[in-house]
Amino acid sequence: MVYRERLDGRKNNELRPMEAKTKVIPNAQGSASFKIGRTWALAAVYGPREIYPKFLADPKKGILRCHYSMMPFSGSGERIRPGSSRRAQEIAMVMTKALEPVVDLSQYPNSVVDVFVELPQTDAGTRCAAITAASMALADAGIPMKDLVSAVAVGMADDKIIADLTYKEEHINEFNEESKQAVVSDIPIAMIHHTKELTLLQMDGEISKENLMKALKLGQEAIEKVHQVQIAALKEYFKEGSHGN
Amino acid sequence: MVTNVKAVKELALLDKRLDLRPFTEYRQPIQIETDLSWTAEGSAKVTIGKTVVMAGVKLSLEKPYNDTSDQGGIMINAELLPLSSSEYEPGPPGIKAVELARVTDRGIREAKAIDLKALCIVPGERAWFVTVDIISINDDGNLFDAANLATLAALKVARFPQVDPKTWAIDYKQKTAKYLPLIKEPVSVTIYKIKGKLLVDPLIEEEKSAEARLTVSIDKNSTISALQKGGEGTLTLTEVDTIIDLAIEKAKELRAVLEQVSLP
Repeated sequence: MVYRERLDGRKNNELRPMEAKTKVIPNAQGSASFKIGRTWALAAVYGPREIYPKFLADPKKGILRCHYSMMPFSGSGERIRPGSSRRAQEIAMVMTKALEPVVDLSQYPNSVVDVFVELPQTDAGTRCAAITAASMALADAGIPMKDLVSAVAVGMADDKIIADLTYKEEHINEFNEESKQAVVSDIPIAMIHHTKELTLLQMDGEISKENLMKALKLGQEAIEKVHQVQIAALKEYFKEGSHGN
Repeated sequence: MVTNVKAVKELALLDKRLDLRPFTEYRQPIQIETDLSWTAEGSAKVTIGKTVVMAGVKLSLEKPYNDTSDQGGIMINAELLPLSSSEYEPGPPGIKAVELARVTDRGIREAKAIDLKALCIVPGERAWFVTVDIISINDDGNLFDAANLATLAALKVARFPQVDPKTWAIDYKQKTAKYLPLIKEPVSVTIYKIKGKLLVDPLIEEEKSAEARLTVSIDKNSTISALQKGGEGTLTLTEVDTIIDLAIEKAKELRAVLEQVSLP
């Protein structure tokens, strides 16, 4: 037991401060900004629109296509070369899979709904922030949806099961002399709010089954808080006096 | 998006614009926010009307070029994100992004806005190299002027990261109190020509209807540091004369906005 206090003083189940907003990109059909701590995702939805290349078209339903990209200055180290990477491609794919179950594109055959997510700054949890922002942007665009998807990372740092890990916590064995031997695990999850079904589940690190189930339980509670922030931001637009700009 | 070019041109002949602005007026207010990205050495976001552009500065230590062994360097890159307009597609930068990056780069490089010698640590061995990434967030026209302002503001607030004096390893998470040696702030003003009328700060529809444009980079003393003519149309010498006068006048306005970016 060496990771006694969280580095930023949060409780185990406490998320970093969140900020959400919709309609941040006027050119897009729908858009959202979601900040959690020092991780920031901007999402824009374009479509339903014609799909290129044409052979991707599905005559039965529209296609959801997510794109994920970190801005070149958004990493905590050196500049990231712009352009796609294997990591970005995989995240875009799991994002698409995380959102597909709630999106109904049966009314839009042969078309595509593109979701672009860009991160101006990051401190871990980027795929979760990306999914959370994308879900809000889709709702903002008026795409038919059964529910919202919310996402957060949970995991273990040493013997602590914690929610919303920072970059330092993911690398606690490098930053904390006492925790050199610590085992870390990082589990990003996304969930459909009403049914509590998982649409994203990944893990890096090592964990026992018992702790994994505990972590997922903690994740479910944490996701509820993310959901509240999403809902509040989406409702903001419908408040009296918030129109007209 | 389909633009009604004919309508924009007819309006121009009547000395009118889609949003009823005078030809020589920027959309107001022009806003600059700085240090939005903790991971960048310096960052800024510029909003002009519905146009939003971000810029971020990253620094690295590298070996100077052989022909300028006592200098660091600067590189400016631009990304026109598909997030910012339905007209941009994912993939490597197209010619529009390349031109935007190069015009911004030239305005700053040719004015010697950054003291490149001050970036050198050990001649021939180690110097700071500055990379600025310009990112479009929402393109509603006039990316040139917005990108230039965002770049200058990001450079203005950029601070050097901590360096280990033994290994030269950079600790990007620790910023020092030392700012980049930005000695000049060459502001750029782009003037567009529609049906022979000259106007500033076009909306995207106006940009698409313009016959020609001229970007003029100007420093505090009204010295011109870069020019770039664009569009398939032509400019007469008389028009260039008028454009430069207008650009000098407008640059003062933009400089005043940039000067509000104050350092602690």
